[in-house]
Amino acid sequence: MNISKKIVDDFVANDVSFITTVPCKQLGGVIEECEARPEIYHIPSNKEDEGMGLCAGAFMGGKRPAIIMQNTAIGVTVNTLVTLTQFYRMPLPMLISYRGELKEPVACQVEMAVHTKALLNQLNIPTYHFHKEEDVEEFDAILKYTFMCNKPVAILTDATFWGGY
Amino acid sequence: MIRSEVLREIAPILRDQLVVCNIGLPSQELHMIDDQPTNFYMLGTMGLASSIGLGVALAQDKTVISIDGDGSVLTNFGTLPTIANNVADNFILLIIDNGSYGSTGDQPTYAGKKTSLAAVAQACGCENVVECQAADTGQVLQAAIDSRKMTVIVCKCESGNIKLPVITKDPVVIRDRFMQAVAS
Repeated sequence: MNISKKIVDDFVANDVSFITTVPCKQLGGVIEECEARPEIYHIPSNKEDEGMGLCAGAFMGGKRPAIIMQNTAIGVTVNTLVTLTQFYRMPLPMLISYRGELKEPVACQVEMAVHTKALLNQLNIPTYHFHKEEDVEEFDAILKYTFMCNKPVAILTDATFWGGY
Repeated sequence: MIRSEVLREIAPILRDQLVVCNIGLPSQELHMIDDQPTNFYMLGTMGLASSIGLGVALAQDKTVISIDGDGSVLTNFGTLPTIANNVADNFILLIIDNGSYGSTGDQPTYAGKKTSLAAVAQACGCENVVECQAADTGQVLQAAIDSRKMTVIVCKCESGNIKLPVITKDPVVIRDRFMQAVAS
C-alpha cells in the first residue's frame, strides 16, 4: 500500500482542499502528493503557527484545511492552538510526524517526543497514534470526526508506521 | 495622526470589505468605531492577522483586508514570503506602522528605528508595496482595492492610544457572523 497516496486520497474524499506544510523527511511523500493533486491548494508555511493562521482563514473562507508538520511544532504552536483554533472553535486535522520514537537516529528528537502526548493531553486535543501500517485505515474516520466536532485533532505517525526512513 | 484616527478615517472604506483585524487595541478601536459582521476581530494570537487574512483571500473571491501592526508583522516575519509567493489579488495587507507596541504601552519597535517594513516586503518578493503617510491611507487603500492587485500598504503614523473597552463578544459569535458575511 502507498500510505502517502492513501492519506491524500482520504483528504480529497473529505473535501480537504487547503493544506499547509512544514517540511519533514518522514512526511515527504505526503507533501509531494499534496503538491501533485489539483484538488488541493498546497501552501508551504515558514512556521507552524503561521500555518495555523492560514488554516483558520481558509476555514472561514469556506474551505476545509489541514496542517502537516513535525511534533516539534506542538512546542511552537500552543498559544495559537489555544487562542485561535480552540477559542474560535475551528476544525484542524494535524498530520504529525512523531519524531523521537522507535527507530529514531537523532537523540534530540526524543527530547520533544517525551513531551508530545502530555502536551496534547493537557490541551484536550483528541490524539491518534499510527504505529502500524493498518492504522491508516482510521484516517478517513478521524477526518470526519474532526470536521464534526470543530476541534484541532492530532494524528501522530511514527517511524515504524512509515516503515523506517 | 494616531492609529485610531487612521481607522476612523478609513472606516467607510472598510465597511464594504472583509476585514481581519489585529489583536488588542486595533480590534477594540475598529469594534468601537464601526462594528460590522464583515470584521473578524482577533482576541489573541499576536502576529497572525496577515496569515488569517491570506487564508480567507485564497479560499474565496471577495476582497480581504488584514489590518496589521508593525510589531505584529515583526513577530510573524515569515508571513511576508508566504504572501509574496502565494499571490491572491483580492488580498490587501495594511500595516499600520506607528513604530511601537501600542497595546502593551508603546514600547518602541525596530520598525520605528532602522528597519523598513516596506523594504522587507519588497525584498520578500511582494510586488505592490506602497508606503504612505497616515493622512493618505484612505486614498491609497481605495486605490489598492480598485486595482485588484495584491498590495502591501505600510501606513506611517504616530504612536498613541485612546482609552476604550475590551471586546466582550464571544469568539464563536465573531467567527460565525464573519463566516456568514463571507458566504452571503
